[in-house]
Amino acid sequence: MKTMPSTHPVHFRLNGENVSARIQPHQTLLEILRNEFHLKGARESCGQGLCGSCTVMLNGQPVSGCLSLALTADGCDVSTIEQGRHADGELDDVQQAFIDCGALQCGFCTPGFILMSRDLLSRHPNPSEEEIRAHLSGNLCRCAAYPEIVRAVQSVVRLRQNKG
Amino acid sequence: MNNAQAPKHAGGQVGRSVSRLESYDKVTGQADYTHNLVLPRMLYGKIFRSTVAHARILGIDGSQASKLPGVHSVVTGQDVLRVIPDPYYGPAFHDQPVLALHKVHYVGEPVAVVLSTDPHIAEEACHLIVVDYEELPAVFDERQACTSQVIVHEKLRPAGTFPDLKHLAGRTNTNIALDFHLKRGDVDKAFAEADHVFEHTFRTQQVMHTPLEPMVSIAEPGHGELTIHTASQSPSFVRIEIARLLGWPENRVRVRTGTLGGGFGAKLYIKLEALVTALALLSHRPVKISLTMEEQFFTITKHASTFRMKTAVRKDGTITGRECEVWWNGGAAADIGPRVTQKSGFTAPGPYDIDNIRIASYAVYTNLPPAGAFRGFGIPQLVWAYESQSDIIARALKMDPVAFRMHNLLKEGRPQATGTLMRDAALHLVLERTASRMNWEKPMERATSAAHLRRGRGIGLGFKAVVAPTTSVAMINLSGDGSCIVYSSTVEMGQGSDTAMALMAGEVLGIQAEKIKVVKPDTDVTPYDMATLGSRSTFHMGHAVRLAAEDVLLKLQVMATELGESDCSAANAANLLKKKYGMQAGNVIGVGNYIPSYTPPNYETGQSENITPNWMIGACGVEVEVDIETGHVKILRMENVVDCGTAINPQIVETQLSGAAIMQLGISMFEEMEFDDMGQLRNASFAEYKIPGMQDIPVVMGNEIVQARQTNGPFGAKGVGESATFGVASAIAEAIEDAVGVRLTTMPMKPETVYRAIAKANGQALANP
Repeated sequence: MKTMPSTHPVHFRLNGENVSARIQPHQTLLEILRNEFHLKGARESCGQGLCGSCTVMLNGQPVSGCLSLALTADGCDVSTIEQGRHADGELDDVQQAFIDCGALQCGFCTPGFILMSRDLLSRHPNPSEEEIRAHLSGNLCRCAAYPEIVRAVQSVVRLRQNKG
Repeated sequence: MNNAQAPKHAGGQVGRSVSRLESYDKVTGQADYTHNLVLPRMLYGKIFRSTVAHARILGIDGSQASKLPGVHSVVTGQDVLRVIPDPYYGPAFHDQPVLALHKVHYVGEPVAVVLSTDPHIAEEACHLIVVDYEELPAVFDERQACTSQVIVHEKLRPAGTFPDLKHLAGRTNTNIALDFHLKRGDVDKAFAEADHVFEHTFRTQQVMHTPLEPMVSIAEPGHGELTIHTASQSPSFVRIEIARLLGWPENRVRVRTGTLGGGFGAKLYIKLEALVTALALLSHRPVKISLTMEEQFFTITKHASTFRMKTAVRKDGTITGRECEVWWNGGAAADIGPRVTQKSGFTAPGPYDIDNIRIASYAVYTNLPPAGAFRGFGIPQLVWAYESQSDIIARALKMDPVAFRMHNLLKEGRPQATGTLMRDAALHLVLERTASRMNWEKPMERATSAAHLRRGRGIGLGFKAVVAPTTSVAMINLSGDGSCIVYSSTVEMGQGSDTAMALMAGEVLGIQAEKIKVVKPDTDVTPYDMATLGSRSTFHMGHAVRLAAEDVLLKLQVMATELGESDCSAANAANLLKKKYGMQAGNVIGVGNYIPSYTPPNYETGQSENITPNWMIGACGVEVEVDIETGHVKILRMENVVDCGTAINPQIVETQLSGAAIMQLGISMFEEMEFDDMGQLRNASFAEYKIPGMQDIPVVMGNEIVQARQTNGPFGAKGVGESATFGVASAIAEAIEDAVGVRLTTMPMKPETVYRAIAKANGQALANP
C-alpha cells in the first residue's frame, strides 16, 4: 500500500510578489500557478512542451510550465502573462498589436505567443521576419493566426522605432 | 417571418472591421475557458481505454485500482446502467455507450473511469485496472468494411432525428450506416457517347482537429437537476440529448459553455457530456474530465475517404457525365458521419454543369476511432477528388486548367446535381479573381536558385451547400439605460461570432458593436440554436439576431406611440423606459427565430428543388518549389479567394481565410493518423503528429473577399469559416505535377510520398516503406 506523497515548501517571486506554497514533488510549475495561485493564463494543451500554451518566464527565460517541476522554481523569479496587469486595463504595446493586427482567434495560445514575442523583442529590437518565425516556432496556434502574429510583432518594432 | 414591415435599420456597423469583443480577455490570459473551471468538492475522472480494436469484454477488475489511496471510485459500464438504463448516445445513431458494455469497437474506446480529487491519483489507478478480452477480427478499411464478415455493430440503431435514416432501424449484418444516392440524366449513355472517359480513385487520410483547449466537460448535480459546463459547439443539442438519456424534461438540464479554445467540429453534438453526467449522478459530486491531447485522437477525427470518380468528356472539354462513388470511413461510431455522407455527398460532382450524374455515398463503420464533423464537413475530401481530376482532364486535353473550369462551371440559374438552381454563387468571379491574383495569364517564373529545385503552380475551386434545414433563435434586451445585451447560443470558438452578432444587432439598432454585450451560451438563459457548425451561424443566427433587433424596434415604436413620443429609436430607449416606468427600470425584449425553407431530396433520385439556402465558394492558388532530391515541397505563394456575400467584419473574415487555408495545408501536406495493422494509433501526440507551425506557412499569402451579395442572407451575408479549406489540397497536387511531372492521388503529400513518386517516374527502385 502506497502512502500519499509528502509536501515540500517552495518560495519564489511571482509577478513581483514574494509567495510560498507547499507542494508535492511531482507537481509542475503550471499546476501550481493554476491551482495554488489561480493564474489561468498559462494552459496545458499538448502536455509535452511542444505547443507553448503553458509558456511562463523563469528568471527571465521562457520555459514550458508543463515540463518544469514546481520545486525548480524555489528561489526564482517567475512571471506570467498576468504580470503587470493594471487595474485601469492598460495593455502593453505587444498585447495591443496582437489586438490591432487580429493576431488571435480562439486565444488559447495567445499568452504564450505574447510572452515569446516580448522575449524576442527584448533580445532583438529589430528582428527580421526569419528571426520572428524562428523565435516563435516553438508555439503552435491551431487557428493558424501566424501571418497576423508576424505582422503584430513587426508593427511593435515599427512603433518602438518611431518612438525612438 | 414577415419582413414587409421590418423597421428601417439604423446602419453604420456591418462591414466595419472591429477587433473581437473578447480581445482584452484573450491577450491578458483572462478568457473564461471551461478548461479553467474548478468547482467545490469536484472529482477528476480519468478514462481507462480499450487496448484492442474489437473484442468481447469478459471481465473488468478494478479492485486494485479502488484500493489506491485517494481513489474515490472505479466506474464501469455496468455502474452507468444504474443511472442511465439505455446509455447509448449519438446525433445520428445511438451507437456510443457511455462506457463500453459487452464489446469494445476500437482502440481507445472508454471502458472505465477512476474518480479522485487528485487527477494524478486517478491516472495512476487507471494503470491498475485489468480487463479480460476475447479478441475478435477487426476491419479498418472503408471499402473492405462494406463487404466484410466483420460487423462493427450487431444492429443499427438510428436516433430517429433524421427521417432518411429511419429505414435503417434494426438492420443487421452491415457496416453501412447510410447509403445516399443521386441520379440525374442518363450517365451510361453519356459514357457510351463520350470522346474521352477518365476514371480515378482518390484517397484522403484520417486526421484530428487538435483544438488546443482539449475537450473538457464538468457535470454538477443538483436536487433533481443537473448543470453541465462544457467546451461544446452545440449546447442546445447537449441539453436535449442528456435530457433524453435521463428521461428528464429539458428544463432540468442546464448546459453552459465558456469561451472555446478552438473547435473545428471536434466539440460538436455530444462527446464527454454523457459520461460526466453519469459520473456526477453516481458520485453525487461535481465531476470534471479534461482530455489530454493524446486522448482527443481517440474521441473524434476527420473521415478518411475513398472516392472513385468516372467522367465523360467531349473533345471540346465539356463534361457530359460523371459517376461518383464515395466511401466515408466513420470509425466505430457514426457521430454525424451520415450527414456528411448526404449533405456533402450531393456536391460530389463539383461545381460543374453536368447533365448526367450518378452519386453513391456510403457512411461506413470500421474499428477505428470515430469520425465526424471537421471544418468543411466532408467538402475538402470531395474537392480533393473532383479538382484533382479537373487538372488531370485539362492536361489530357491540353487545355488551360482555368479555361477548362470556366467552360464547365455552373452558371447562375443552372441546376446543380440535385436539381436546385444555383443562386448567388459567384463561382466564375472567385475563379477569375484567383487566377488574376496568381497572374495566371503570364507564364510563372520558373528559375530557381539550384538545379534540384523545380517550380509549379495550381488552382483549385470548391463549393458547399450550407446544411439545411436548421433553426436559430435569438433574444435582444435593451436595459433601463438603453444598453444592449444579445442572447444567442452561438458559441464563440475563435471565429469571431460574438463580434459578428454584435455588429448585426448594432446595424439594426444603431448601437456601436463594441458597446453591446453578447451573453455566453447557457441553455437556461440563451434560446435554442441547432449548433455552431458548418459556417451556419452568420446566416442563421445572423437572421435571428436581425429579427430580434427588428422586434425591439417594433416594441419601441408601440411604446413611443403609447407615450405620445415621436422618437422611437433605440437611442431614445432609456427616455422611453423612464417615462413609462417613472424611473430607470424595465426592459425592451425582442425575439427572433429563423429556419430557412427546404425540400428534402427524393430518396431514390436525390433530387430536390430547394436543397440549401446558400452556396459558399472558395478557391486557392499556390506556387510551389519542389526539391527533387528530398521530395520536400515549399509553398512559395498562396492566394485564397472566397464568396461570403457581405463580409460582416472584414478583418476577422480575413483571419478566417488564412487560418482555414493553413489548417488545410497541414492536412494536405503532413498530418496523418498512422495505424498499425492491429488498429493501434502510433502517433497520438504533437511529438509525432505534426500540425502547421510558424515555419510551415507560405512565404507570400494573400486573401480576397469578392464583391458579392447573398440576396437571402442577413445584410447580404453568408458563412465563411470553411470556404478557404476547399481548394488547397488539389492546388498543391497540381502545382507538384506542374513542377516535377508526377500526380499524387493520396493525401497527405509528404516529402517521402513526393520523392517516391519522382523515383517511380524515373524508373528508380526504392525499398518499400
